[in-house]
Amino acid sequence: MSEPLLEVTNLEKFFPVSGPGMFSRERGTNKAVNGLSFTLKQGETLGLVGESGCGKSTAGRTVLKLYDPTSGSIKFEGEEIADYSPRKMKPLRTQMQMIFQDPQASLNPRQTVGAIISASYEVHKIKPEGGVKTAVQDLLERVGLSAEHFDRYPHEFSGGQRQRIGIARALALKPKFIVCDEPVSALDVSIQAQVVNLLSDLRDDFGLSYLFIAHDLSVVQHIADRVAVMYLGKIMEIAPTSSIYTAPHHPYTKALLSAVPIPDPKLERKREQIVLSGELPSPMKPPTGCVFSTRCWKAQAKCFTEEPQLRKVESSEVACHFPE
Amino acid sequence: MFSKEAKKTSAGRSPRELAWRRFKSNKVAIPSLVAVSIIIGAVVFAPQVCDLLGISPDIRDEASIDARGQVVGDWGGISAKHPLGVVPGIGYDVLARLLYGARISFLIALMATLASVGVGMLLGMLSGYFRGRVDGVIGRFTDFLLAFPSFFMILALSAPMIQRIEMSGIAHDNDARILYLITILAVFGWPYLSRIIRSQVLSLRERDFVLSARALGASNSRIIFKEILPNVWTPVIVYMSLTLPGYLTAEAVFSYLGIGVQPPTPTWGLMIADSTKFIINEPTYFFIPSLSLILVVLVFNLLGDALRDALDPKSEN
Repeated sequence: MSEPLLEVTNLEKFFPVSGPGMFSRERGTNKAVNGLSFTLKQGETLGLVGESGCGKSTAGRTVLKLYDPTSGSIKFEGEEIADYSPRKMKPLRTQMQMIFQDPQASLNPRQTVGAIISASYEVHKIKPEGGVKTAVQDLLERVGLSAEHFDRYPHEFSGGQRQRIGIARALALKPKFIVCDEPVSALDVSIQAQVVNLLSDLRDDFGLSYLFIAHDLSVVQHIADRVAVMYLGKIMEIAPTSSIYTAPHHPYTKALLSAVPIPDPKLERKREQIVLSGELPSPMKPPTGCVFSTRCWKAQAKCFTEEPQLRKVESSEVACHFPE
Repeated sequence: MFSKEAKKTSAGRSPRELAWRRFKSNKVAIPSLVAVSIIIGAVVFAPQVCDLLGISPDIRDEASIDARGQVVGDWGGISAKHPLGVVPGIGYDVLARLLYGARISFLIALMATLASVGVGMLLGMLSGYFRGRVDGVIGRFTDFLLAFPSFFMILALSAPMIQRIEMSGIAHDNDARILYLITILAVFGWPYLSRIIRSQVLSLRERDFVLSARALGASNSRIIFKEILPNVWTPVIVYMSLTLPGYLTAEAVFSYLGIGVQPPTPTWGLMIADSTKFIINEPTYFFIPSLSLILVVLVFNLLGDALRDALDPKSEN
C-alpha cells in the first residue's frame, strides 16, 4: 500500500467559548483538538482512546468535515479536503461514513428503518441494482436484522438492534472509511461483543478502514491494529495494538492501562493501579510544555517548558521527553 | 437475535398507531372528538341540515312573533318547529342562523389558523435551524409583533384596510371584511407558534440524526423538511386545536364590535351583539349563541389537550 487512505497532519479544532452574560464578547477558545497527526492505511483500524473530554469525538467529526477544522491538513486518498465546502464534500460523503455512540439519538424517531437507510441513496441519487428496497433489505440481513424490519420504527428495537441499523446506514453507500464514535459504549456488555464482532466481520468483507473511537481499552484491543492515545487534544502515543498493551512507553498510557480492571479477582487484587493526581486541565488553558506534565509523576523541569514531539521508540511513536 | 416473539406482538406499530392507542384510552378524547366532528359536520352541511329540519336562516316565521315583535311562547319560542327558538322582532330561526353563522366564523378561524401555522412553522424552523443572523432578524420581528397592541391595531386598521382591499378589487363587501380579518389575525398570530417551533428546532438540530444526515451529505432543505419537520408536527397539531377556538372567539369579538361581517349575514359575534338588545325580555336568545360559543371552544380545547397527551406522552401539561 503506497499511499495511505487518510493522512491527518497537525489538525486543530478550536471552539469559541463566550463568557456568561448577554453582551460578553468571545472569551476564549476550547482547544478540543490541538495538533493531531496520524495516518490510516486501507483496511486498517486505528483505535483512538482517551478519557472523556480529551477531544476524541471532535477529532472524529472534524476528520469527516462535520466540523470545519481550524487549521491543519486532512488528506483522503491523497486529496486535500480540509478546506472543502459542503458542496465539494458531497461526492466524498459516499466514501466516508460515521457510526454514532447513541443509537437512540442517531436514528430519526419519525422515520421507518427503511426510510433511514435508503436516505443515503436518495441524497446521492443512486439507484442500487434490484431497487432500493431490496438493497436495504440485503443490508439489514447483512448486519443481522431481518428484511421484514424495513417498515418498523426505531423505537421498536433494542439498543443493540438500533446500533445495527446505524451500521447498515453507514454501509449503504459502500464507503471505504468509517468513523466509529464509541459505537458500543451505550450498549450492554453482552451486546458489545456481538456488535464489535459484526464490525470486524464487515471490515474484512468490505475492506473497510475504521477510526475506532472508544474509552474502553479492552474493546479497542479486540478490533484495532494500532492504537492512538489522546490527552487534551493531542496524541500521546501511537503504537501497534500488540505492543501498546504489553509495553506502553508514555506514562499516560501506562496510567490508562493500569486503570483497566482484570476480570480475575485474584489478579485484580494484586493489580498495581497508577492513580493520577489532580484534575484534567481545562482545554481552554492547556499547560505549557507537555500537556500531561501537571499530572505526570516523572515530570522534570524540561517537561514544563518544552513540548515533546512524537518520536519513534521501538515500534511506537511517543510524545514524551522521558519515555519508559 | 433477541426474543422474536416479544417483537411480533408489537409488530408494525408506528408512532401514529401508538398515539392513537393512547388517544383512545383517554376518557375525554373520544367524546370531544365526536362532539367536534358533529359540530364541524353540521356546520359544513348547514344547508342540508336546515332542509332536513325544515328551518331557514332568512325566512321570517310570522306566526312565531306577535304584532309587537315579541316571541310567542316561553323560552325564546323553542318548539318542535324552531329547536332553538326564534329571533325576537323578526322571526328568523335561531338554529339555522347559528349554523349558517358558524360557517363564516369557522371559515375565518380555520383560514387564520392555517395561515398563521404556515408562516409560524416556516419562520420558526428557519430561525431555529440557521440561528445566528437569520434568527436575530426573525426573532426581533416576532418580538416586535408580540409587543404590538394588536387588538387596538386590528380595530384601527379595519376601515382603511377594508377600503384598500375593496379598491384593489380582490374582494368586496363582506368578502373584503372576511379577508381582512383572516389576514390580520394571521399576521399577529404566527409569532407564538414561531417561537415554539424555534425552540424545538434548536434542540432537534443538535441531535445525532441530524449530524448523521449531514454525514450523508444531505442538503439543508432536506434536513429541515425530511429530518426535522416530521418531529415538530406534534406541537403544531396541538397548537392548531387550541388556536382555532381562540380565533372563533376573536371573530365573535370583532363582529360584535362591528368590524367583521355586516348584518343581515349571520355570524356568532353578530348574533351575540344583536341578542344583547333583547337580554331583558328574551334572555334565551342571548344565552343560546353565547353558550354555543363556550361549548365549541370547550370541546376544541379538550380535544387539543387529549391530542397533546396522546402525541407527546412525556409532557405533563
